[in-house]
Amino acid sequence: MDAFSIGTYLWTTFGAFLTLCIFSFLYRDNPFYKFAEHLVVGVSAGYFVIILWHNGLQPNLFNRLNDGDFYLLWLNSARPWYLIPGILGVMMWTRFSRKKSWISRYPIAMYMGIAAGIAVPLEMKNRVNVQLYSAMKNVEWNNFFGTGILDSGSAVAQLIILIGTLSALFYFFFSKEHSGLFKGVARFGIWILMIGFGASFGYTVMGRISLFVQRIQYVGNWTETSWAHPSVLVIWFLIVGVFALLLLLEFIKFLTKRRTAAS
Amino acid sequence: MNIFDRMMSLDRRWVFLFIALVCVITYVWPFSIPIRITEEVKAIYSFIEKLNEGDIIFLGIDYDPNALAELHPMSYAIAEQAFRKKLRVIFVTLSQNGPGMADQAIRDISDSVKLDKTYNGVFYPGREIKNGIDYVFLGYKPYPALVILGMGQNFRIPFPSDYYGTPLDSIPMMKGVMNYDQVKCVIDFAAGNVADMWISYGQGRYNFPLALGMTGVMGADYYPYLNSGQIFGIMGGLLGAAQYEKLADNPGPAIDGMRIQVYAHIVIILFIIIGNIGFLVSRRKQG
Repeated sequence: MDAFSIGTYLWTTFGAFLTLCIFSFLYRDNPFYKFAEHLVVGVSAGYFVIILWHNGLQPNLFNRLNDGDFYLLWLNSARPWYLIPGILGVMMWTRFSRKKSWISRYPIAMYMGIAAGIAVPLEMKNRVNVQLYSAMKNVEWNNFFGTGILDSGSAVAQLIILIGTLSALFYFFFSKEHSGLFKGVARFGIWILMIGFGASFGYTVMGRISLFVQRIQYVGNWTETSWAHPSVLVIWFLIVGVFALLLLLEFIKFLTKRRTAAS
Repeated sequence: MNIFDRMMSLDRRWVFLFIALVCVITYVWPFSIPIRITEEVKAIYSFIEKLNEGDIIFLGIDYDPNALAELHPMSYAIAEQAFRKKLRVIFVTLSQNGPGMADQAIRDISDSVKLDKTYNGVFYPGREIKNGIDYVFLGYKPYPALVILGMGQNFRIPFPSDYYGTPLDSIPMMKGVMNYDQVKCVIDFAAGNVADMWISYGQGRYNFPLALGMTGVMGADYYPYLNSGQIFGIMGGLLGAAQYEKLADNPGPAIDGMRIQVYAHIVIILFIIIGNIGFLVSRRKQG
């Protein structure tokens, strides 16, 4: 077992306390949840500002200009062109003034222009064209079943992808009435879409449960550490006791309300 | 109110309570479940296994602590496998709350590599992992798409210095390492649309081998990129992480979590069935 440190234990305890605070929302909104929620938002915002300063502005702007002089506005730096993005960044701050906010449109327009110029050809090539080519690959008839049902290189898989894609697209094709054969194709298309949504839903459930499982593992490890060190067990009892008591009080309130409604 | 009406009007808090109880009981009760390895996870493992000592791989820790449950086990298993094989690793994080977490993860992995271990029957003596020699942590920069494009020209454009403030030019490992041309593959652990950016602006522009580890929510959406060959492997959610831990013979929180996951899913399926029976019966009564 690692050497026990009271400092680490107290931080771990605080983590376990916040975990229980957040999960208390599953019963209903309460001050413990509100405290944890506000703490997360505040800490995240504060952390991001510091990270942005130390990882962005300082190394990429100020360190590149630091051979110049502040009183000359770094114009005597060897790389004075780094002032341009700096000035554009400052112009963004005019958003806070009603009269001068128009100035911020220039850096925003420049940013949008650069982003669109970079994004359009690359997105078109890599997320549209390449996907189209892969949906229209030659069907490998000599590898009909492949190595198994999930072999995406087999002819069966390629046919499913081809027919599934066309049917799903046809479901959204409204220029022709969905009747007769077209109704069947559209119906197959909606089934394909539903299978896709089902797969996403299954993965989503797994993702949400994973978060819960990780928290159980965390609180479980904290409990194990607490029970292994009797000197800190009182802290464990205090935290768990508070939440157990709150839960009990809420349950009594729930039973009383139910009895009153029944009578 | 009959039993079917009760099924329909069941308070959601009973569902939460039941799932919580099942998860806690399965956590406390030790047992194991079989984990089937899929080709898309095996492809990543095999790729790393085939690399030679001293080769460089690039790991993107592109997630915040809120996705740690699913993505940390993948990062730990792959980074440890790489260090055991004496590969060199470049770490980067393009997620705003990721740097501190990634730094902590690197320290944890370094501690683990100090211990003697045997994986898949191969004995690996413990060794010290040194910053700047065995790995470099570039840190965080905002605007992932621009950072990914910038690194394709030169890592020094977006990252003149590493996370700890050391200029890249004075880091021994980075001598002669200019851009993606010097790395054998990029493996991105993503929670969000950073994965799309790695596909469009990274692999699509610079054509390096790319594999993705991602949260369960994203998993199903990225299989088309596997089929098109834009990525060579994919690990989806805790299941993907558990498969990788099994392949690497390095059981960790993912394999431990999967046994809880199985029973939680059974409970959810049971509640879905109960809800649907209640719905169908009450609709028939009304109709």
